[in-house]
Amino acid sequence: MSGDELRRALPPVGDVELQRDLWPAMLRRREERRVRPTWLDWALAGVAMVWLAVFPEAIGVLLYQL
Amino acid sequence: MELLERFARGDVEAFETLFRQYQGYVFAWIVRMVRDRAAAEDLTVEAFWRIWRSRARFDPDREFGAWARRVASNVAVDYLKTDRREVALERDWPARAEAGPEVGQAIREAFGRLPARLRAVATLALIEERPYGEIAEALGISMAAVKTRAFRAARLLRTRLEKMGVRP
Repeated sequence: MSGDELRRALPPVGDVELQRDLWPAMLRRREERRVRPTWLDWALAGVAMVWLAVFPEAIGVLLYQL
Repeated sequence: MELLERFARGDVEAFETLFRQYQGYVFAWIVRMVRDRAAAEDLTVEAFWRIWRSRARFDPDREFGAWARRVASNVAVDYLKTDRREVALERDWPARAEAGPEVGQAIREAFGRLPARLRAVATLALIEERPYGEIAEALGISMAAVKTRAFRAARLLRTRLEKMGVRP
């Protein structure tokens, strides 16, 4: 298969100009990808709070681990 | 402080300046590889998102355009791995009449089924006729690898077309 045959079926795209500013889309992407706590994060935080309420002496251990 | 240094340190204004300066360049490169304007716009944003995330690894002494094109090429190849459609969108780049409608269709189908890495090189080298050195730099491979992949793509295309009963 020669390049000419290929180019006849699939003409070159060449230099294509962008027709709109993509910066607003970039900002939206950044906003979407910003790290947000998931339901699992909230659930783990809840479990930790309950655990610390039931076993307050664990606060010292937790602080030591941090 | 230089623009590239400010970008590498996470300055959003520097990133915006670079984005506006290079978005057309990155888009033009991606659209060559994926042959779809709408997808190329999305992929341009994705490329700049990856560029922003990896800003700390960017060496401000390097050329930003070359680095951006490398990231853009990776994004485009990732897209090609998931996209197995025919490559030419008729509304944007209609095939020339002399290709013959059936042969042209068969070539487009076979080309669209090439493995992404071969398809990327074949598109840039055989269709767009970009210099091997430029393709090698953009894809992060050697010039010898570019030549090998272009050759393998052409051979695979010929084999598949023969299986389809088409002799181009």
